[in-house]
Order: sequence, then C-alpha cells, then structure tokens
Amino acid sequence: MLAFILRRALQSVGVMLAVGVISFAMFRFAGDPVNQMVALDTSEAQRAEIRASLGLNDPVPLQFARYFIDAAQFKFGVSYQFRQPVSMLLKERMPATLELATCATVLAMGFGILLGIYSALRRDSFLTKVLQAVSLIGISLPTFLIGILLIYLFSVILGWLPSFGRGEVVKFGWWSTGLLTVSGLKALIMPSITLGLFQMTLIMRLVRAEMLEVLRTDYIRFARARGLTTRAIHFGHALKNTLVPVITVAGLQFGSVIAFAIITETVFQWPGMGLLFVQAVQNVDIPIMAAYLLVVSLIFVTINLIVDILYTVVDPRLRATVGRAA
Amino acid sequence: MSIRLSSLAAVASLIAAALTPASAQTLRYANQGDLKSLDPYTLRESTTIAHHGQVYEGLVARDKNLQTVPGLAESWETPEPTRWRFHLRKNVKFQNGDPFTADDVVFSADRVRAKGSDFATMVANDTKVIKIDDYTVDFVLTAPNPILISQWDVWYIMDKKWAEENNAVAPTPAAATTPSFASLHANGTGAFSIESHQPGVKTVFKVNPNWWRKPEHNLKEIIFTPIASDATRVAALLSGEIDIMEPVPIQDISRVNSSPNATVMSGPELRTIFLGMDQTRDELLNSNIKGKNPFKDIRVREAFYKAIDIELIKTRVMRGLSTPSALMIAPQLFKLSGDFTRPKYDPDGAKKLLTEAGYPDGFELSMDCPNDRYVNDAAICQAVVGMLARIGVKVNLIAQPKALYFAKIFKSGGYNTPFYLLGWTPSTADSHNVLYDIMGCRDNPNSSRGLTNIGGYCNKEFDALADKVLQETDNTKRDLLIKAAFEISNKDFAYIPLHQQALAWGVSKKLKVAQRADNQVLPYWFVKQD
Repeated sequence: MLAFILRRALQSVGVMLAVGVISFAMFRFAGDPVNQMVALDTSEAQRAEIRASLGLNDPVPLQFARYFIDAAQFKFGVSYQFRQPVSMLLKERMPATLELATCATVLAMGFGILLGIYSALRRDSFLTKVLQAVSLIGISLPTFLIGILLIYLFSVILGWLPSFGRGEVVKFGWWSTGLLTVSGLKALIMPSITLGLFQMTLIMRLVRAEMLEVLRTDYIRFARARGLTTRAIHFGHALKNTLVPVITVAGLQFGSVIAFAIITETVFQWPGMGLLFVQAVQNVDIPIMAAYLLVVSLIFVTINLIVDILYTVVDPRLRATVGRAA
Repeated sequence: MSIRLSSLAAVASLIAAALTPASAQTLRYANQGDLKSLDPYTLRESTTIAHHGQVYEGLVARDKNLQTVPGLAESWETPEPTRWRFHLRKNVKFQNGDPFTADDVVFSADRVRAKGSDFATMVANDTKVIKIDDYTVDFVLTAPNPILISQWDVWYIMDKKWAEENNAVAPTPAAATTPSFASLHANGTGAFSIESHQPGVKTVFKVNPNWWRKPEHNLKEIIFTPIASDATRVAALLSGEIDIMEPVPIQDISRVNSSPNATVMSGPELRTIFLGMDQTRDELLNSNIKGKNPFKDIRVREAFYKAIDIELIKTRVMRGLSTPSALMIAPQLFKLSGDFTRPKYDPDGAKKLLTEAGYPDGFELSMDCPNDRYVNDAAICQAVVGMLARIGVKVNLIAQPKALYFAKIFKSGGYNTPFYLLGWTPSTADSHNVLYDIMGCRDNPNSSRGLTNIGGYCNKEFDALADKVLQETDNTKRDLLIKAAFEISNKDFAYIPLHQQALAWGVSKKLKVAQRADNQVLPYWFVKQD
C-alpha cells in the first residue's frame, strides 16, 4: 500500500517536471515581452536595458534552472504587465475561480444525478427523450456560445442578470467571496451554468448508463423477488452502486472545470485565474502563463493522486491486484 | 475667530452642496484594455494615459479640440528661444492636501527622465530645470524647441513630498521586482482620486471635491472595469450595466445604434494606417527577385500605391469607418493637409509602371501584418494582397499577433520585413514626430532618427527640412516647411498612407460626452442624467 502511494507520488513529480519543461520551452516562442511593456517610440537602449534586467539575455539553460528552482518554492517572479509578484496575483484571483468551479460542480452533480436517475427509471417518458436531446446539445455546443446566448437572453433581453463581473464581494483576509451578497449571487448564476453544463450532461448520461446497467444485474432481480419496495431497490441498492464511478469522474472533472474556466471567465469577465491567464497570453506575460500552467497541473496531479489512493481504499479488489503486481 | 471661520466654512459647503447638480452620478465605464500601473511614468499608451489624466494633471492641458491650454501652469513665456518660463497656478492642492509648488515640478522633471520611465523624452536630459521662486520654474534648453510643451499635457506632475514619504521617488520601471507604492496608489491634483485599484479587475475613482477647476461633469464616482471580450462589452452596454465603453467592434455598430439604450459615437482617430516598403536592402527579403530590390525603384513604389483601391478598403473592409489619407499624419494635426490629394487608383497605370521598371510579369514577395492591433488590420492586408495580385504581384501574407509582429519588424528584430502594415499616432500631436521617427534616414546608428522607419526611406533633403521644422518658431513658416517635406516624401512614394481609422465609443443615451480625436476617454467632461 505504502509502496503504491510512493510510486504514484513519484509519478506525479515526474509529470510536474514534464509540464515545467514544456511550459518553459513553449514560452521561448511566445514573442518578445519587452515590446509589450514599452511605448512604440521607446529607445533601443532602454529596451535592451529592460531585456537585460529581466534576464532574457542569459543562456537558455541558466534561465531554465532559475525558473525551476524558483517555481519549486512557489516563486513565480513578477508579472511583466502588472509589476506585481505573480504568486500575489494568483492568490488574489484564485477565490473567484474556485468559487465558480465549486458552484459549477455542485450544480452539475446535483442536476446531473437527479436527471440521470429520472431518465434511467422512466426510460420511455417524453421528458427523458427531451433530456437526452438537450444533453446532446449540452455536450456539443461550445462553452463560449452558451455563455453568449445566456447573456443575450438574461441580460440584454430580459435584464435579469448581470452580464459581467462578480458583483460585490466580501473579504475574509485574502479570500474574497461573492456568496454573501445579492449581486454576487446573481453574478454567479450564468457563469456557473455555462461552466457546469458540459459536466452536468456528462454526469447525467453517465448516471443513466450506470443505473441501467445496475438495474439489470442479478442482485436487483433477487431483491425484487424478495419483495423489497421499488423505492428501496432503486435508491437504497441501485443508486449506491451507481455512484462509485460517478464520484470518480466528477472528482477528476473538477480539475478540468478549473482549467476550462478560462473560456467562461473570458466571456463573463470573471476576475479569476483563467482571465488572468488569457490577459497574460495577449501580453506575452510569461511569468503568469508559466505559473498558471504549473498551478493547474498541480491541481490535476493532486486530484488524480487522491482519487488513486481513495480507489485502493474503497475497492479491495484493486488493492489485491496492486499487491500482486508489486 | 476660529468659530467664525468654521461657520463660514459650513455655510460655504452648504452653498456648494446647493450648487452641485441635484444628484451626483456614478459613471460605469468599460474598456477593452485594462489599467495596469497607476504610476503615470510607467506606460505611454493612450488608454492608460487617459485614466491617469483623471487623477493627475500636467503643466499644460488640451481642450476638447486638442488645443493646448493652461493647466497647472497659469501662463508661460519664452524670454529667449532656449528658456521657457512657467508661472504656476497658486492655491492648488494635491488630493492628500499637500500644496502644489515649483518643487513638485522640478521633482517631476527629474523623475520623468529617470531610468525606468517610459516618458523620458518629455524632458531632455540636458535640459536644466530651475526653480525661480515657489511659483515660477524655468526650463533651459540647449537648442530652441518650439514644440517643447506639445506632449506635456500627458506629463503629469507628481507630489514630491508624497513620493519621498512613500519611497516612490524612482519611476516604477517596466522591470520592477516589487510592486512600487506609486503603481498601486495615486495622488494628483486632478478631478478624481483613486478609491481602490485592482489591476485587471476594477478601479474606482472618487470625485475630488477640492479640484481647482470648476467641474463640467456631475459625477461622484467612476467605476472602471476592463472587459476584453467584444460580445460581453456590447451586451453590458445594451443591457444598461455600463454607461460608456470603448471600442465598439465595427460589426456591432448598427446593433448598438438600433438599441433603445445606447448609440455609437464615431469620429476620425489620429492614428494613420500605412504600408511601408523596404528600400534599404540590396536584395528584397522573401522574394523571387534575386540580387536586387525592386522597391529601390521609385516606379515600383508608385505602382504599388496606385494599385490600391482605398475607397474599396473604406467601403468593404472598414464599413465606411475610415478616412482615406494622402499624408502620414492626420488632418487634425496638420493645418495644410487639405493641400494634398491621393494619386488616383489606377491599376492599368500601375501595371505599366511595373513594366517600365522591368517587371512586366510582376514579382513575388511576402508581407507582414498584425492581426490584433488595429481595426481590421489583417483584413486590410488581405484586401491589399488581392489588389496587388491584379497587377501581377504575388504577395504571401504573414498576419500574426502583435507580440510576434512587432518583435519581427522593429529594430530589435532587425527590421525583418520587405513589406508591412503599421499604424502611427505622433505622440507629440505634431508633424515633426512623423518626419523624424517614421520617415527620417536611419543611417546614423548613434541617432534616434528613423527608429521606426522600418522601410528605411532616406532622403537627405527631407531630413534637412525636418531639422528646420524643429527649430522654426514661427507657426506659419513652420507649416510651410512641413508641407515642403511631405511634398518630397509624396513625390518619392516613400510610404503608402491608407487611412485614419475611426474611433467608436458606445455611449448610453443618458450620457453626454466630449469625444476627443486622440481617443482619450475623459470623464471630467461627462454629464449623466438620472
């Protein structure tokens, strides 16, 4: 067991190293940041000075080593555009993204599971057919389109919800939350739906498929034969067994919700990490881009690691195979 | 005595309250670009400068028609051509209560030309700034400069005491490693003060009740939010969540105009969009012509010029929102620009010129173009490619993001382009900047002349005129010299000026604004109804 966890942890470190190499290599081709930082008629001497002070003239291996050692200590340098430490900017923006991602995931899980169960149990009802069709749209429509459609309907035509921003936020130390004000909650609705829609349809279809599978198994038949109530069979026995893979998927999806928040945040001008990243790309703000990639991959790797460990805890069969393989 | 004073003050404030419009308003403003640093010497970029102009003021200012008017200096004179004397306004206070004096001007002059300032050209290094008394400052130059103050409306004066107390004496350099105090806080003499500033997210300005000017606006605060996404910015305007935004994307103009809440205010901008041709290399880059450079032949440049149908670009690519230009400078910035006309669109004549020059079948070359910098920049280039194809010139278009584009074509990239599109607004609002930076010879590596002359056009007669323009103090004579210079460069077909793009602001119908052609959004002239 310990060996398994250690091996997984080592693999995670390997993944992080690889991401670091890729992100560093990529940014070598992102353009010259100095041109973004100064006016058109800034003199060449001044440009050269800035370039030197940013360490952009050093040999590549030296730049890489410096980058890696700093990153390992969460020192991501100073943003070229804001002249503030990147770690500070990320800390400032992280609550917005995490709040949005959490809301989207809760929404996706709640509705996804409910609708999934419904469409598995009432396979032939009209509503199920509608849900199936709608879920296809949810899976295939790009996020930004859904976001813009929502904005036009609920902000421009109906005027119910704000089209951009986070509304008013309340601060607790460095954490800022929009959950405690009316405008903050209103501002959260459309971005959460936009971000969570894909996950919701995914979970819905997954729950439905799993549920149908489980309902066909022998123990459900035996339970029926024994005379248990339908309610007990469906929700006591079938649902419980359906949820194991669903929780895994949802856990893993949380990482991609954070990562894909980039698009939602851009459409709604949501002041989170994703928006920061997009602004950084437009301005060749290499320190922010590098830090963002590393932070997101760290989140991914951590979630994967936890899920892997939980798996072995939850499922004894897996532990046995792992034991044999080792 | 003190009781009487305070009761007087109370009465005065009551009167002041009665005089201000019934309800002071909140202006909600969104822009595509964000406000990064609050340090007024960090980034010379028009959106940023306009934001800073709400808080800070210069010795001079520009009015709604871009005319230079007194600012923190009440008046000025030039007792001798190299000495400028400024008489400062008395009883002006910074927002923290510090009085404004000559010391602040001397301090600002040193700070603005210190290492790390992006505004270092405002005050030359060899200019002596001398405090005569608390309200008089002399600027002693090494050579006469009649346009000394032409950029000073954006050289904002900072508070010496405040900067010293907060360790902000040095300008925030582009490569700062710690956030400087001045990049997150501001203390000017202007109409508004900064209430809060979160870069890239939101900035709140509060009205400055002690502003020395009589306010023309009726605002109590400005909430600025950058909204980069075009669709969201338009939606926010249409739904009434913001009062003003800039820019309105060309394709959304008719929709904004047909909405009940908002209209688009458009007008010609000062930026001139033009095409440049490499006239220095002996062999053209990325071309099938080997061993020579067709652009060295004036007939080829003329052929390119005449092959471009500027009206088609205006109607099709710019949807009417451009002003074709015969000059490399906008008509608002040069009085005699009406004397110039563009040569007629003439593809047959262009073809004939190419044949005369020895290219009857045209030739092949590449073209560099940004795709995220100017209005429809890549689309303009595509149109140009099509038009040149008609005279047999095959153009391979390389359109890329500005970060890559500028790195390639500027001096740092070795002027690495045979044919390119660029836009230029003279930061001095004066022709000399164009004659010197864009069109001057760049053959002297120690001079900054021609720094952005990417095509490398060079005519010594032209340069001599440009130097005379800098020295001439009589405006009429000066304009004639500028005209003579532009006549030379037009005759040489040095560049192909295309147009001035239009600026487009989306404005709520509740808001009355003054729109200035330099595209600075300046809320201190805005009046908002209930």
